[in-house]
Amino acid sequence: MGEHGNGDRDSGAVITAGEGDKGSYAIDNPGLPPHRPRLADVDEKAAKRAERQVTALFLVSIIGTVVFFVGYFAVGRMDEFDDYFDGMTALRLQNTLLGVGAALAMLGIGLGVVHWAKTLMPDHEIVEDRKPLRTEQDRQEAEKIVTEVVEETQIKRRPLMRNTLIAAALLAPLPGIVMFRDLDRSEDFGVERLRHSLWDEGVRLVRDPTGTPIRAADLTVGSAMHVIPENLREISSHGERLSEKAKAVVLLMRLNPDEFENPEHPEWTHEGIIACSKVCTHVGCPVALYERHTHHLLCPCHQSTFDASQEFKVVFGPAGRPLPQLPITVDDEGFLVAQSDFQEPVGPTYWERGNA
Amino acid sequence: MSTPHTPKYTEAQYLEVDQYQPKTRTGRITNYFDQRVGGTSIVKEFGRKVFPDHWTFMFGEVALYSFVIVVLSGAFLTFWFDPSMATTRYSGSYAPLQGLEMSMAYATALELSFDVRGGLFMRQVHHWGALLFVLAMSIHMLRVFFTGAFRKPREVNWVIGVALLLAGMAAGFTGYSLPDEVLSGNGLRIIDGMIKAIPVIGTYISFFLFGGEFPGNEVIPRLYTLHIFIIPAIILILIAIHLFLVVVHKHTQYPGPGRTERNVVGYPVGPVYAAKAGGFFFIVAGILSLISGTFQINALWNYGPYDPSPVQAGAQPDWYIGPFEGVLRLMPGYIGDMSLEFVIPTPWGGNSVATPVLIPMIPIAILFLGMFIWPWLEAWISGDKKEHHLLDRPRNAPTRTAIGAATVVFYCIMWGMGSNDLIATHFQLSLNDITYWSRVLIFLGPIITYILTKRICLALQRKDRETALHGHEAGIIEVSPDGEFHERHSRPDEYELWTLVSYEAPEPSGPQPNAKGKITRTEKFRAWLNRIWWEDRVEPVSREEYLEALEHDHHEPEALGPHTKRELEHNKH
Repeated sequence: MGEHGNGDRDSGAVITAGEGDKGSYAIDNPGLPPHRPRLADVDEKAAKRAERQVTALFLVSIIGTVVFFVGYFAVGRMDEFDDYFDGMTALRLQNTLLGVGAALAMLGIGLGVVHWAKTLMPDHEIVEDRKPLRTEQDRQEAEKIVTEVVEETQIKRRPLMRNTLIAAALLAPLPGIVMFRDLDRSEDFGVERLRHSLWDEGVRLVRDPTGTPIRAADLTVGSAMHVIPENLREISSHGERLSEKAKAVVLLMRLNPDEFENPEHPEWTHEGIIACSKVCTHVGCPVALYERHTHHLLCPCHQSTFDASQEFKVVFGPAGRPLPQLPITVDDEGFLVAQSDFQEPVGPTYWERGNA
Repeated sequence: MSTPHTPKYTEAQYLEVDQYQPKTRTGRITNYFDQRVGGTSIVKEFGRKVFPDHWTFMFGEVALYSFVIVVLSGAFLTFWFDPSMATTRYSGSYAPLQGLEMSMAYATALELSFDVRGGLFMRQVHHWGALLFVLAMSIHMLRVFFTGAFRKPREVNWVIGVALLLAGMAAGFTGYSLPDEVLSGNGLRIIDGMIKAIPVIGTYISFFLFGGEFPGNEVIPRLYTLHIFIIPAIILILIAIHLFLVVVHKHTQYPGPGRTERNVVGYPVGPVYAAKAGGFFFIVAGILSLISGTFQINALWNYGPYDPSPVQAGAQPDWYIGPFEGVLRLMPGYIGDMSLEFVIPTPWGGNSVATPVLIPMIPIAILFLGMFIWPWLEAWISGDKKEHHLLDRPRNAPTRTAIGAATVVFYCIMWGMGSNDLIATHFQLSLNDITYWSRVLIFLGPIITYILTKRICLALQRKDRETALHGHEAGIIEVSPDGEFHERHSRPDEYELWTLVSYEAPEPSGPQPNAKGKITRTEKFRAWLNRIWWEDRVEPVSREEYLEALEHDHHEPEALGPHTKRELEHNKH
């Protein structure tokens, strides 16, 4: 046959490593080492002992199942407890009993069977020959069949038919992709909506989540507050409200007015009170941590750090842009209000964002 | 066809099936099935099929079993979990959240945890099982890589394995997002930010995924379909092909006495291998139960319903998302005062390139692309187009082992950076310093690892040569009559010796001309890589060297080997 060996590139022969086993290494393959019998093979007492161990493990499994049922029925459900803390304690106990019970039930069987296999079942290693994945004859036959099948379709002789089939086959799956268009059925479809938030001229800043409006005097120097626009509560749909909130959340903080370093827009602040979007410009996590001494805002997701005294300039981390600032002032009643919407889209950068 | 048809089988053969009268009970049962589904051939094929046994072959099994457990526990959860973003007011047993407005998804996840007995346990089994599934796949993959099991004819199965790893991670991530609480919501928020960074199509992909703007009220049911139907179906199909190919190829085996490229040495399926593998399923299930009963995971009642404003400090993704998270963290957004983000000026106002998010995707893409093409890449470089059924000992493929180790270090630095905040708080280090150092280490670490690993491999190979030629140090110092001290060596027996000397380390091939007799530029490049691959190889002990060593040692070659050992034993008493 000779298909194993020095087949050239096109012969299709399979070359297997280690052909020249004999003589190519320092010694010849000595074959399997002699089999060493286990204790249980030669000593009936040891075999009996193994039998008892396996049986004991199966008994452990049975006990485990019982423990599981004790946990399930005897401990009871959380809502059967009047006191919430008792209920939590019971839940913990139940979870532990279920876990330990199931673990014993499973490990008992598993370890028992494996121990059985290792001590009592035959441990003679068997040598089996590998079948060649395919023979040269098979390959030639298959090649012949493929050639004949292709011939019989006449596809090579009739290119017009073939080419239209290719074109049709390329086009046919397109509806399957296009049909996913309505995954987004929103009325305001398009990227433009990312530019706008609920903030507008005169919209009051209110506390999240209580919704109480804020006076300048409510904020002492060094303190910060989580803020939402007052008109957020007017949206009735939960999903829409979350989507609007995801763009409108604001962090409000008060610094000493002389702590600002060359602000570009001093008119956007009010007596040292400054507001910024809480949505990180990196990938959109809430920038939730404020350190009053350094005026640094930290995003806990990827540690982008912004400096409130430098109009939220990035001082560390992966963010590539400052946090957008919300221009604020006070209304006639002395409550903090927005002067306008953010001057740029909030949140992570997207392709169509451009120069804002 | 006009030629008369000659039947292939005789009438008697057909009749035999009906006339056969089995004598034993087993015979009657098998006969029943055999006449209907042809079971005999399956039993004949698999009943005594030989599987090589080694503890490192266990990880693929762990992966398979943990997948089965994840499917079973997941099916249990679906009976209660409602993946809806419709709002409800929570009225379950968990007092701190009572009266809060939340999605049905979160409310039913809480119901599962507190009001369905064993629901919390099954949730924890499902989560721990998913972590173990990806972990076992990853370790299995490392085993396959470092032993060269991906080589011809198993390249396709390796690719299926990589796809399984990706599918496993996708299954994990879609599941992580389902309970719709603050933690998973922020995970989705990060994904949304990353998707939006993709040039041209990113923004729209985000809109289509969320059914509009983030987070909307569509995404949870969509992720649910992916999580419980599409991705598991893909995993199941891939596992079926993966195992089918294992049967077709037969399992690889470690090199050793009696093992050749032509045989499989191991235990038969019935009974030993089946008992061990079957028992092992219960062991995996037992360990997962124990962990799930005693270690809390994803205490989602602590987080509250998703709201875009709150976030936890020190939040960690599931372990296999760590590298993705870490590489995002270590990327700087600015160099000095220059932002890495930029805008391509266009007539319609410019297009933004979110470089700090896009660049971190490059190493991840290279990592997975590299994994997909590795079997062909290595065969191309090494010029090894042969079939392999015997595994490599990792030291005997120093360059591959070094590349693998460097990749592991690269991965681990990204992974560790996914926890940089926790490292900082636990070890009282500066978060910023850790991040700066990791930006250096991500480049230096793999290089240092490559060099070190390769040297260690070569040193181990030299040690093997030493042992083969001069034997083990026996720890016995002898004094010759002349007063000379030397340590006695005991020769390894032939079985150990065979393992030490039976490997290949060919010389660098140099550029090879193609069919037209020309040496192409690509071929020169390949030859250069091939030289790096093999140039500092340690050759196995040759027959001449071995015989010479025997000659030199004791001037009586035939008396060596086991004999020397006996002599030593004798001396001890």
